Amino acid sequence: MTDAGDDAPLSTKKDGHSSQDAASLGLEARGGDLLARSVTINRPKAELYRFWRDFSNLPKIMDNIVRIDVIDQQTSHWVVKGPGGKEVEWDATITQDLPDEAIAWASKDASDISNSGRIEFRDAGLRGTVVTATILYDAPAGLVGKAIAKLSQREPGIQARRDLRRFKQLMETGEIATNARTRKQHEEEMA
Amino acid sequence: MRALAWHGKHDVRVDTVDDPEIVNPRDAIIKVTSTAICGSDLHLYDGYIPTMKAGDILGHEFMGEVVETGPESTLKKGQRVVVPFTISCGSCYHCGKQQYSACDNGNPADNQDIAQELYGQPMSGLFGYSHMTGGYAGGQAEYVRVPFSDVGPIVVPDGVEDDKVLFLSDILPTGWQAAEYAEIEPGDTVAVWGCGPVGLFSVQSAFLMGAERVIAIDHFPHRLELAKKFGAETINFEETKTYEALMEMTGGIGPDAVIDAVGLEAHGFFVDNVIDQIKASLFLGTDRPHSIRQAIIACRKGGRVSMPAVYGGFVDKFPLGAFMEKGLTLKTGQTHVQRYLPGLLNAIMEGKIDTTFLISHRLPLSQGPDGYRMFHDKQNEVTKIVLKPDMDRVAT
Ligand SMILES: NC(=O)c1ccc[n+]([C@@H]2O[C@H](COP(=O)([O-])OP(=O)(O)OC[C@H]3O[C@@H](n4cnc5c(N)ncnc54)[C@H](O)[C@@H]3O)[C@@H](O)[C@H]2O)c1
Ligand SMILES: [Zn+2]
Ligand SMILES: [Zn+2]
Repeated sequence: MTDAGDDAPLSTKKDGHSSQDAASLGLEARGGDLLARSVTINRPKAELYRFWRDFSNLPKIMDNIVRIDVIDQQTSHWVVKGPGGKEVEWDATITQDLPDEAIAWASKDASDISNSGRIEFRDAGLRGTVVTATILYDAPAGLVGKAIAKLSQREPGIQARRDLRRFKQLMETGEIATNARTRKQHEEEMA
Repeated sequence: MRALAWHGKHDVRVDTVDDPEIVNPRDAIIKVTSTAICGSDLHLYDGYIPTMKAGDILGHEFMGEVVETGPESTLKKGQRVVVPFTISCGSCYHCGKQQYSACDNGNPADNQDIAQELYGQPMSGLFGYSHMTGGYAGGQAEYVRVPFSDVGPIVVPDGVEDDKVLFLSDILPTGWQAAEYAEIEPGDTVAVWGCGPVGLFSVQSAFLMGAERVIAIDHFPHRLELAKKFGAETINFEETKTYEALMEMTGGIGPDAVIDAVGLEAHGFFVDNVIDQIKASLFLGTDRPHSIRQAIIACRKGGRVSMPAVYGGFVDKFPLGAFMEKGLTLKTGQTHVQRYLPGLLNAIMEGKIDTTFLISHRLPLSQGPDGYRMFHDKQNEVTKIVLKPDMDRVAT
């Protein structure tokens, strides 16, 4: 932890943070940059946890993920859109699983793309659940790794925020808002 | 289908585009029977609103017949509906508080970035009103895809003409909310800047909410005449010094509540306004907030400021000192349309509110580009234009 005297989250510090900070946040140390984004979702935390625990659901809300194959309870294989239309792949393991509370994952040591992440669900009373995603990566990167940011040229914080908005939309409304006027336009957007 | 599309400043065209389809489960497709041009559309027409793209389909005031429904829509084919201009999900925290224009989910995720940066938090989606508010195709078209059709559109009874209920889509609830935000007490005098549709409905609503006097301000004699019909006293700001007149007309007190229904394109040759116009044309600032300044200065001590008028960016010379020293309160925002629909539909059905007085022109959709020109150039006579796609359908 930094010595800052206030109560604000680490990810909002002007001076950045050290890689040892990862441990205090429940993440494996992977990469030097930390990013966290929170969103409040008007659903019970158990429901949100269930959706997230099945990683094969994540491509629905994350723009740059082609697919995630769930190999076993701990292991998954991630296929992500990379630069120049190439796909980038890696294996990830679940490093923490607290039912209805939090899930953390990290790329396996041999991966080209080193990253780790954690999603936490906190009860927020009448407002539902506060969901916080925390990501460690080597800059520039997105919610799932540096190849993504290179392709999309998006600031990783913006990408993460968009992904969380889609998560919220799907959980709260049963669909992800789109301005597509036709199904063809919609498919092109999703591609 | 045919649709009115924005192609740049003062360039609206009739384009032929693919018909809309059901994309999401809660969608419905509406065949448009009436759609109006709004003062807000003029801001787009004049190029004041950023994030418009050539080919964007315009229009956020529309109604029509349900022709197709998604599996989760609660509408039925053949029903006639008026559609709110705000696209709201009905299930987020803000919708739960009936703050529909603040809906978290109506705006697609990627489109929320600009408003998040500019305003701190993004607002709901809007039909036909730039990519910042969703990039949704609007209702000045033969057909529209309506998302979240189970919570937005209100079904109108058969036999009620379109012209009586069309304005539920925006300007009637907007005028109503403006008057509600003025927190009118018995005996109050309310001053309204702008006698466009929003100002006129604010005048009408203020009387219904118990205002003793309403003073309406504009420079178009015909529009002032309409305000007078509702019982308002009028000030023509081209002939009269507005502040002096308001002070004299209220016995030196100032109006108890003031409503700015003009917005970012205030007309007139006032010193501050001319400077704003120069700045706007140099892109130093986009908003010309003459009316809100004047309203704040005129408002009585401890009074209320209600601002339905649209502003988009930053303003100079906002009289923050007057606002603070006099202890004023300000309420504003895009209208929470869905909140007011059942009550206002009832008031229309019971004959307590008439909206048809406003319509000066009815045109086929294909004459939309002329409609924009007329509404823009001849505001005195042209108070509201309603486009009717059926007038084209009959002709062909
Ligand atoms: N809050 C909302 O949800 C909402 C909804 C609809 C419209 N609006 C906004 O409300 C405003 C009015 O809409 P409208 O359709 O009535 O527009 P409009 O352009 O038809 O009317 C504006 C009127 O203001 C008058 N005016 C101009 N300068 C003035 C001044 N200095 N003092 C007094 N009057 C002046 C004009 O002559 C005109 O009659 C616009 O800004 C519009 O964008 C807001
Ligand atoms: Zn409008
Ligand atoms: Zn909502």
